[in-house]
Amino acid sequence: MRDVQDKLRATAKDLLASGKVELVLGFEPASLPMRTRACFARTADAAERLVWNEFCSQNLAAYLPRLFEKPAHIRGDWTPPKVAVVTKNCDARSIIGLVKEHQLARENVVIIGMPCQGMVDPEKAAATVDERIAQACLECVSPSPIGADILIEGQSRPAAADRFQRVKDFEALTPAQRWDAFVKEISKCTRCYACRQACPNCYCKSCFIEQSKPSWAGAGDDLADLLLFHIGRMFHQAGRCVECDACVRACPMGIDLRLFTQKLVKDVEELFGYVPGVSLDDLPPLCTFQSDDSECFVTGPGEE
Amino acid sequence: MAFLCNWCSYAGADLAGVSRLQYPTHVRVIRVPCSGRVNPLYIVKALQLGVDGVLVSGCHPGDCHYISGNLVARRKFALLKSFLEYVGIEPGRVQFSWVSASEGNRFADLIQKVSDDIRKLGPARQLKKEAR
Repeated sequence: MRDVQDKLRATAKDLLASGKVELVLGFEPASLPMRTRACFARTADAAERLVWNEFCSQNLAAYLPRLFEKPAHIRGDWTPPKVAVVTKNCDARSIIGLVKEHQLARENVVIIGMPCQGMVDPEKAAATVDERIAQACLECVSPSPIGADILIEGQSRPAAADRFQRVKDFEALTPAQRWDAFVKEISKCTRCYACRQACPNCYCKSCFIEQSKPSWAGAGDDLADLLLFHIGRMFHQAGRCVECDACVRACPMGIDLRLFTQKLVKDVEELFGYVPGVSLDDLPPLCTFQSDDSECFVTGPGEE
Repeated sequence: MAFLCNWCSYAGADLAGVSRLQYPTHVRVIRVPCSGRVNPLYIVKALQLGVDGVLVSGCHPGDCHYISGNLVARRKFALLKSFLEYVGIEPGRVQFSWVSASEGNRFADLIQKVSDDIRKLGPARQLKKEAR
């Protein structure tokens, strides 16, 4: 991992020194053990601060929409910056998703793809190596980044065979059991909105939950409002979520959001054959249709 | 509560009416321009406000007044229905169908079926916001 980090630093320095990018967005050690934070390296010297290890779990794509937004104080022409981003496969897919949704231009970012060994879940850090890997990484089907401009050589962890096992187990429960489990998870929510802030897909200037005309939900901690927020937020991820787990890591209450967002990922893949954030050439699944899309959910009046 | 598209299902309901067809009276119709206009949040919000069931009905696939509104809606509702049932909302609370302007009988049958389904389930409590 040390030599991967050296290659990363060399690549970053080269990009900055040659003027190909103005900024390398990567990771640096944070003030707590086993944590990293975002590093904004603007000079070749600053690139020395970059690290690569099993604690680089943050999805840095979440910073990008604001970096490419014209600052309010600038009048007239503005040239967006050229930015290189250190990515795992999930982060790279988030970037592809953002390009697709016109939040940034592909030519303005250089995706540095890192060979991913799986990120450590700090909660599990006391356990043995494979037990320490975060659930999202155990279920990752492509630990080597897809679509990277520069791929740093190194060993990635093996791809998961079946990532939807937990969803399938949950589907096998009765509706009442599923509802009880859903309510149990969601009732932990304190409405801090950390899940939304950490998510690269949640770039909306005005989130539905804070709108007042119409007002979708009350401002308090009523369970009905918590449920509406989470159903709404999760459903907005349909066809967009790349399973990077940023929401799960951000949640201070440890809500198992992944169990529910992953259902949408599974459905989108099974119904429409679409995997988010892999290709720039196909349309997002909810912006298009096929004439023979599944009708199995439609109520026919004559049927029982 | 039924969201009916202006061009097909609403006209289908009209035909059921002028044909003097009998169907359950506890359906409240909201006319929308297209089934594609129905925001999934409308459905969740209706359940929060205490509606016992939601039906969305549009033109048959291929017959949309706006060419493809119902086809895009079909994808959205396939996911929504599956997701709501996955989190444990009782199957049958939220239903989707197609009724054309000439299908007054189908409309009456549909309302009969959906209201029977919902009657079996009883009042919806899961997402309802209780007055405090």
